[in-house]
Amino acid sequence: MTESVSPYTDRRQRHAADMMGMYLFLGTEIMLFGGLFAAMALTRLQHPAEYVAHSRELHLWIGAWNTVILLTSSLFAALAVHAAREGAGRAAARWLGATAAFGLGFLALKATEYTLEFREGLLPVTGGDGALSEPVQRLFMHLYLVSTGLHAVHLTIGICVVTGLAWRLRRAESARAIPVEITGLYWHLIDVVWVFLYPVLYLAR
Amino acid sequence: MSVTRLLVLTWAALLLLLALTVAASFLLVGPPSLAAGIGIAAAKAALIFWVFMHLREDTGLLRVVAIAAFAWLGILFALGGLAYLG
Amino acid sequence: MSTTAEPPAETEEERVSYFRSGTSLRSWLLTTDHKRIAILYLLSITFFFFVGGLAAALVRADLMTPAPDLMTNEGYNRAFSLHGIIMVWFFLIPSIPNTFGNFLIPLMIGARDVAFPRLNLLSWYIYMAGGLFALATLVLGGVDTGWTFYTPLSSMYANGSVVLVATAVFVTGFSSILTGLNFIVTIHKLRCPGMTWGRLPLFIWSHYATSIILVLATPVLAITLALIAAERLFGLGVFNPALGGDPLLFQHLFWFYSHPAVYIMVLPALGVISELVAASARKPVFGYEFVAGSSIAIAVIGFLVWGHHMFVSGQSVYASAIFSFLSLVVAVPSGIKVYNWTATLWKGHIALDPPFLFAMGFIGLFVVGGLTGLVLTMLAVDVHVHDTYFVVAHFHYIMVGGTVSAFFGALHFWWPKITGRLYPLAWGRVAALLIFIGFNLTFFPQFLLGYMGMPRRYHVYPPEFQVLNVLSSSGAGVLGAAYLLPFVYLLWSLRNGAPAGPNPWGATGLEWTVASPPPEHNFAEIPEVTRPPYDYEIERHDA
Repeated sequence: MTESVSPYTDRRQRHAADMMGMYLFLGTEIMLFGGLFAAMALTRLQHPAEYVAHSRELHLWIGAWNTVILLTSSLFAALAVHAAREGAGRAAARWLGATAAFGLGFLALKATEYTLEFREGLLPVTGGDGALSEPVQRLFMHLYLVSTGLHAVHLTIGICVVTGLAWRLRRAESARAIPVEITGLYWHLIDVVWVFLYPVLYLAR
Repeated sequence: MSVTRLLVLTWAALLLLLALTVAASFLLVGPPSLAAGIGIAAAKAALIFWVFMHLREDTGLLRVVAIAAFAWLGILFALGGLAYLG
Repeated sequence: MSTTAEPPAETEEERVSYFRSGTSLRSWLLTTDHKRIAILYLLSITFFFFVGGLAAALVRADLMTPAPDLMTNEGYNRAFSLHGIIMVWFFLIPSIPNTFGNFLIPLMIGARDVAFPRLNLLSWYIYMAGGLFALATLVLGGVDTGWTFYTPLSSMYANGSVVLVATAVFVTGFSSILTGLNFIVTIHKLRCPGMTWGRLPLFIWSHYATSIILVLATPVLAITLALIAAERLFGLGVFNPALGGDPLLFQHLFWFYSHPAVYIMVLPALGVISELVAASARKPVFGYEFVAGSSIAIAVIGFLVWGHHMFVSGQSVYASAIFSFLSLVVAVPSGIKVYNWTATLWKGHIALDPPFLFAMGFIGLFVVGGLTGLVLTMLAVDVHVHDTYFVVAHFHYIMVGGTVSAFFGALHFWWPKITGRLYPLAWGRVAALLIFIGFNLTFFPQFLLGYMGMPRRYHVYPPEFQVLNVLSSSGAGVLGAAYLLPFVYLLWSLRNGAPAGPNPWGATGLEWTVASPPPEHNFAEIPEVTRPPYDYEIERHDA
């Protein structure tokens, strides 16, 4: 096998390239979710009254608490980046651990919410759709399930990456900041997606 | 201002905006409600990008890269919306 | 440049080239060398080119007669769908960027590799995984939706393996995204000292523009295909009016990707032609800044025109008028390129070598394809020729006449660089000429057919259309043979061609300063650029 050769001449160049690559990747995530937001916007445009009525059936306060949890996890991620930049590997690992824990908390609350909706007959899945009476309601709940589900998948990947990074840094005296920064950027973007999903799905009035 | 202080303040501002958007959902209906929801979400996203994601320290190039996708989504919504509304 | 009777011995350059840096299969499958990855892509897309070409041959054979005698209706639908899907996503979109782009971008900007070499390899594996899904679809009987997957046909009525082929395109989309991301970062961050934006080869500018589209448009296609799959599997309803959805949303999302995707296919070709024209004329490119800027303009404006695919879909007429206007606007930067190439050739010292002939063929076909695009942009005319062979002929002039000609032009221009060997020029000239003739014979009759009212995607047609259809099918025979011809003499040259030396065309550009084939790490020392691009000034004064 050929030895891979570094295309970089110095570290700063590499850092700049990594950051730019990550932001471009985040751009693709924004466009991916953008397609879903377009579908939601069109549904609201074509069925305004029904859209609002079905938005009211969601658990507004569970969504609000989950927003609090996710925003707080983002703060921890930002603190982890700060610690890593200061060269404090172990502190970074602790903040990353807290980030992942809050991420898990979000998923747990989200799962509770899905369970409630299932019992109420609002989830468009076999056995859980008893209360879905009209097509737009089913469409709305489908869009809700697909978009929050895709968000949860991204969050799960985020939790795995953050946990792995925290594990690697757990005994580090110093830390290379780049992996923490890149991971942090991903985590914040998942947060941003939720920041838009929340009003669009839960707060339509 | 120390970095930690700035981060915590930003977090507090985000929570405040969350409270605002929830309150707005009880007070407003129709297009104003939609405008408030999207507007406040945009403000929160801007704070996250600017402080948490360090766009405030980054070069102009990186800022352009970071917001390009939002601009492109704007194209999708503007021209797509026109096709439905016009 | 001539070839010798005896196969020449291996040169010293070849012994230290990227080609010999490892000979095991493992050394190829685990390589992170952008040049080797380019070769992997070259082999893979060539394979898919023949799969898609075979489907096209079936279609053209069936259209020889007005009666449906070769295939069933269902079989015909599957053949043209497969042809479109394979050709668009598994040949045209990766064709020039992933082979020549991968090979040349680091060499042209004076870098040792792309910014993320391992991501580059991963991109190839993702492409191959998508390709396997596509082949699985083929084995399982294919799909009958056309390459456009329009709802509600694809989401509710089609019987084929829609979910499987959507997965294939979805997966291969991520390969596009990673390649685009890699190129953007590489061009921004890895230019060697002195390689300013104003000195970048135009090939680089056009790949930069292409990469912007790859990164920003492909994710929208991904989510749209995912929604189609969800619609089929779970009855999502988002494209189903009976469930409150809207099938038109699919067209908006699909063309938001797929119109820019046309520029993904043609922009790299435009970059290749700029290089070929300058090297053939031995002159600096006329209006370099405008040719470079027009690539970016095409990429950006290309996102604003998707509604011109939907003039008869029932979208707002005001939107149609605006889309029509913007589609006229996007022709301006394309026109700038053609005029500037022409001005570059003026008083140039032109040798009738294969790269020049391919470039000339490209320009002619691109102009015809582009001008008929303007015809289609006119709202009233489009209603008349919508979904006819006029449209089919138009986009084949751009995508096949344009992009595939440029692909072969690039192959003939950089083959000596990639392999270190010269091929027989006379045969290259024959191939360029045959491709041009075969192409026009195949597709020009389709303009007439379309204007007379023959709809696309039908294999039964009135007998009065038969003459033109037979002309088109025989042209396809010529074209097929012309595409096969280069494979014979290029493969022959691998063993029997004379060593090329670093710069057989006397061209400018950093890729011509290294040995042919290039050494494993491109540059022993990172070069420094001190001269403007296409610096052919000296030759001009000598003459």
